[in-house]
Amino acid sequence: MLDIVQPAPLSRRQWGNLALQAALVVVVVGLAYAAYVNAAENLAKAHIASGFRFWNNTAGFDISQTLINYSPSTSTFGQAFWVGLLNTLLVASLGIVLATVLGFAIGIARLSRNWLVAHLAGGYVELIRNIPLLLQILFWYNAVLKALPDLRSSLSLPGGTLLNNRGLFLPRPQFGERFGFVLAAFVAGVIATIVLYIWAHRRQDLTGEPPRTLSYALALIVALPLVVFFLAGAPLRFSFPEMGRFNVLGGIEILPEFAALLLALAIYTAAFIAEVVRAGVLAVPHGQTEAAQALGLRSGSTLRLVVIPQAMRVIVPPLTSQYLNLIKNSSLAVAIGYPDLVQVFAGSVLNITGQAVEVIAMTMAVYLFISLVTSLLMNLYGRAVRVVER
Amino acid sequence: MKRLATAFAIATILALGSQAAFSQTLKTVQDRGQLVCGANGTLAGFGMPDPNGNWVGFDVDFCRAIAAAIFNDPAKVKFVPLTPGNRFTALQSGEIDVLARNTTWTMSRDTTLGIDFAAVTFYDGQGFMVHKSLKVNSALELNDASVCVQQGTTTELNLADYFRSNNMSLKTVTFATADEAVKAYDSGRCDSYTTDSSGLYGERLRLSDPDGNLVLPEIISKEPLSPAVRQGDDTWEDIVRWTHEAMVDAEELGVNKNNVDDMLKSSAPDIRRLLGAEDQFGQSLGLTNDWAYRIIKMVGNYGETFERNVGQGSPLKIARGLNALWTKGGLQYGLPIR
Repeated sequence: MLDIVQPAPLSRRQWGNLALQAALVVVVVGLAYAAYVNAAENLAKAHIASGFRFWNNTAGFDISQTLINYSPSTSTFGQAFWVGLLNTLLVASLGIVLATVLGFAIGIARLSRNWLVAHLAGGYVELIRNIPLLLQILFWYNAVLKALPDLRSSLSLPGGTLLNNRGLFLPRPQFGERFGFVLAAFVAGVIATIVLYIWAHRRQDLTGEPPRTLSYALALIVALPLVVFFLAGAPLRFSFPEMGRFNVLGGIEILPEFAALLLALAIYTAAFIAEVVRAGVLAVPHGQTEAAQALGLRSGSTLRLVVIPQAMRVIVPPLTSQYLNLIKNSSLAVAIGYPDLVQVFAGSVLNITGQAVEVIAMTMAVYLFISLVTSLLMNLYGRAVRVVER
Repeated sequence: MKRLATAFAIATILALGSQAAFSQTLKTVQDRGQLVCGANGTLAGFGMPDPNGNWVGFDVDFCRAIAAAIFNDPAKVKFVPLTPGNRFTALQSGEIDVLARNTTWTMSRDTTLGIDFAAVTFYDGQGFMVHKSLKVNSALELNDASVCVQQGTTTELNLADYFRSNNMSLKTVTFATADEAVKAYDSGRCDSYTTDSSGLYGERLRLSDPDGNLVLPEIISKEPLSPAVRQGDDTWEDIVRWTHEAMVDAEELGVNKNNVDDMLKSSAPDIRRLLGAEDQFGQSLGLTNDWAYRIIKMVGNYGETFERNVGQGSPLKIARGLNALWTKGGLQYGLPIR
């Protein structure tokens, strides 16, 4: 039977509520507008430049880590903004990945029946989450990374990698022309694996035969591109970092500021994620585990197929908050000179242009935007892993 | 974080407040009974609290001179330590009355920040400090070097300019405060630290091994350091400017802390006008006529404050150089009081 839903006519009281809310919106928008006009007027009266005309002016300052082309002599404040934003996104996204992996591992380790493992994980959580993040960042930067050897006594790691207090220097891959074939083979392998995976699961649904796709997946994703790579004549060279007079030249440079910030953010947030994961797992009734074991599932499979999927619906909302915290905490970069959005844009650009209102408003808007997008993605994911009642 | 807080404060003030209070700084200061002076806080010789918590330094003495002229008491100053990042915001928002924080007078700052510079109290220029172990004798040898620098300064911009114009490449490591930049340099994160050369001498003393470090001879920029005030309060700007001029005039005329009382009896008209024995120059500033007498009596003339804080009487031992009187080959030229 189909229900035809007719919108009920609004009662007098509902009309009243609507009108009240509309009036409130008008007041808030009006206040914001008044603040804007007043600020513009006051800035003009104080002879302080306003507006975004500075955006296309030459920046003139150097930035230590740039993911896009940037040169102090030709790039603009606008480009400096993008450099800062990308650096923030880089450290935040890598931080989220690392924190998630570490957090899940520790959260589950804390529930282990092995006394030592459980208590080590517990100790980690209690130690890390009770020390302020800023101190941890300074600890990693000053106590650990600055203790590395100086340039002239750099540590040579296997594979032509150098490590010193200026950073970690990796060989830079240089792709030959025929490397495209290898890439194509890799993509083809991934697609074929996905098709295989779907097919195997369909078959499992029909026949109950468990899917055994791992060895095929390895062959398709690893072996196939490798074969193509050698057939194409190994079109890959490395340029190794070399010792210059003052610095290591060439190669990929990982700044100590970046490493310190990333480590501190990942380790700190992982402690909170571990607790979230533990709570999520404990929220799954024990009967589920017992039922899975009664069906003959091993403990790894029980965790992977029965417990974690049900725990995810509890984990995802607080996990989102931890991700948002990590993104916002990345602005502590300013303490150790990692050129993130706050350091570059709300730092150098603000100081040179002096346009505090515009720059700060814009920086806040960017963090708001990043956070809202993250929230949205996590909500979509949360909806996908929701337990569907049948 | 303090920078963000200050920037947020100014945004709020600009959005909600009104600008009327800013045009009567002298009255505000007199009513408050205290001058609020934006100072450095970490730069030896210019502005820094001593071990007993008393602020000392060249810029600090300048603020004390203003307080002496207004209140007849050089102690009636509250010093607010500022970073390059929040100094202009603090001035714009009215948090401080005068900014005396080794700040370079540039055209863009003068024309777009809503502030005015009063007088060049110190002619400085940017230099480099390096670890002696690198065996570098000139800044032109610094190709590919890592340089630590403080953010939000003219230094940061000059650095990029200098390397560009000499076709050298560099790796800049930028820090929010001079403290962090110097610490990073000291630990070997950078080959060189750059700031105004006056600052280099001060920072060098705070390194773990001062003698293992060398200030290179090149001066790569012009850094006329000047106190700044908010634009639109001409009376206040006059007071700040003439505080400096009076100190330089006093040195030119041979009036100092020790002989100022005797000089009151002098018959030289220049000295009599300076010390308020003749005419009403102090009143035209909105002060008393013995304003300059108070400055010299309580703080000293330009040369005295220079030598005491950064010159031969201090650990920095900076030579007068460009800051010598114009009669001695320098650039300090006291405007005539008449």
